Amino acid sequence: MKFKHLFLIVFALCIYSCKQENLSLTKIEGKQININDSLEINQEIEDFVKPYRDHVNKNLDSVISYAVDTYSKSDGDYNTAIGNLFADAVIEASSKVLQKRTGHDVDMVLLNHGGIRAIISKGDITTRTAYEIMPFENSLVVAEMKGKTIQDSLIKYLSKAKRAHPIAGLKLTLDKDFNAIKASINNQPIEADKTYYVATNDYLYHGGDRMTFFQTNDSLHVLNYKVRNALLDYFLKTDTINPVIDDRFIQLK
Amino acid sequence: MKRREFIQQTSATAALITLGGLGLQSFTSGSKTTKITILHTNDVHSHIDAFGPEDGRNPNQGGVARRASLIQNLRNENPNTLLLDAGDIFQGTPYFNYYGGELEFKLMSMLKYDAATIGNHDFDNGVNGLLAQLPHAKFDFLSANYDFSNTVLDAYVKPYKVFKKDGIKIGVFGLGVELNGLVDKNLYKETKYLDPIEIAQDMSRILKEKEKCDLVICLSHLGYHYKNFTEKVSDLNLAKATKDIDLIIGGHTHTFLPKPTIAKNSIGENVLVNQVGCYGINLGKIDFYFDADKNKAAKGTSILV
Repeated sequence: MKFKHLFLIVFALCIYSCKQENLSLTKIEGKQININDSLEINQEIEDFVKPYRDHVNKNLDSVISYAVDTYSKSDGDYNTAIGNLFADAVIEASSKVLQKRTGHDVDMVLLNHGGIRAIISKGDITTRTAYEIMPFENSLVVAEMKGKTIQDSLIKYLSKAKRAHPIAGLKLTLDKDFNAIKASINNQPIEADKTYYVATNDYLYHGGDRMTFFQTNDSLHVLNYKVRNALLDYFLKTDTINPVIDDRFIQLK
Repeated sequence: MKRREFIQQTSATAALITLGGLGLQSFTSGSKTTKITILHTNDVHSHIDAFGPEDGRNPNQGGVARRASLIQNLRNENPNTLLLDAGDIFQGTPYFNYYGGELEFKLMSMLKYDAATIGNHDFDNGVNGLLAQLPHAKFDFLSANYDFSNTVLDAYVKPYKVFKKDGIKIGVFGLGVELNGLVDKNLYKETKYLDPIEIAQDMSRILKEKEKCDLVICLSHLGYHYKNFTEKVSDLNLAKATKDIDLIIGGHTHTFLPKPTIAKNSIGENVLVNQVGCYGINLGKIDFYFDADKNKAAKGTSILV
């Protein structure tokens, strides 16, 4: 009898200790904590970041050009001064790389109006200006496109988009019903069978802003050249910028 | 018959008596509840400084120095804490453009991150760019479905890691998003993307059965859910197609959830899926309570979100 008791006690203990080794998950609590200015700042982290921040800011705030006026993407119907500057900077930068690689010039550029993320303010232009206009890391690509594809899809897109998508090389005139009545590349009529070198960014090439026509092309050149760097390089070599609204993309009323 | 029973009983008793001391020890120390805290971030995208008061979308939010003090307080409350990141550490502020991720990794090391998985943007300076910054990271990179064996990252990234906190074994494995079409091939080079669902099934089996983990956590950069492509691999689909995963910490889609999602796995058990937006604006906190009390255990696991 005594033995049986001892057995039971030890047995119960065993069950308990087995249970100990197999702890059970009984409760889960999940939440998210907002990081905001109600929290203290960890001074060690703050002090560690400071020299990096100072260096970045000093560099970003270095003056690289000068703007005679303030330029915004909302100033203009079908072309804007800032958009024209952007597209001109891109045609120059992409042509330089493509020339070196293939011996061809870039014939035209198409970017998107939404891709201009900030204004250029009158006065000093700094490296930061380029980061503000183009905060994204997109790179330049050149698509080889037949004249017919440009006429049938790219120009059709631009005629209906009702937005000042930045262009260079291409000239386009719409009538009051949004039909393209005149289109040229390098001031020449577009030839249906001719291959044109069209520069854009990788986002648009992949169908961004519903520009689905780039990928029907025959060949793609990835330039490994960031769009922002095209802007930076343009600012660095231009002492004073003075872009204007011109007749590259207009609508006859 | 009786005799056989008796022999079994006595031999069992003898064995138990020798274990008695051990049993008593765990009796005295084991009546408490063990709490494991999992803290997590995702898609911080080089957001080291807080957003300024003038920011149009997230004024006065984020900032690594504030996150550091919050995490320190939470660690003081519960030392049994793991700090994890679900990828896209890189890209989004000039800090990345100027320093290539060095500062991000150094700060995460100071905050004592335990592990991170690799997001698509962590390839933005190529596999070589990521490798170059790895010496600054004092935490592990986990990815089970990127096969790096033909790249410079071979042997630098583990599929999973098992952590032990107060006797609780926590298995963490990583999953990455398909790179083709998302990242330039020149950047990810010969990195092979393996099917995340199949890999997750393997991983959860290894961690649960072979490694005997009490908790299995998936660090995922697959994205929470794609409402226009509902069949696309996502955290919600992963939860449905797997078992033995307790928590999926997600990223990639910058999803701000009002609260963690309770999903059902392939055998009808609960899986917690969480993601905390982006840019270091939020910190996720999941507490797991382990109990020795069999009455509590019998009631199953309650989830409070």
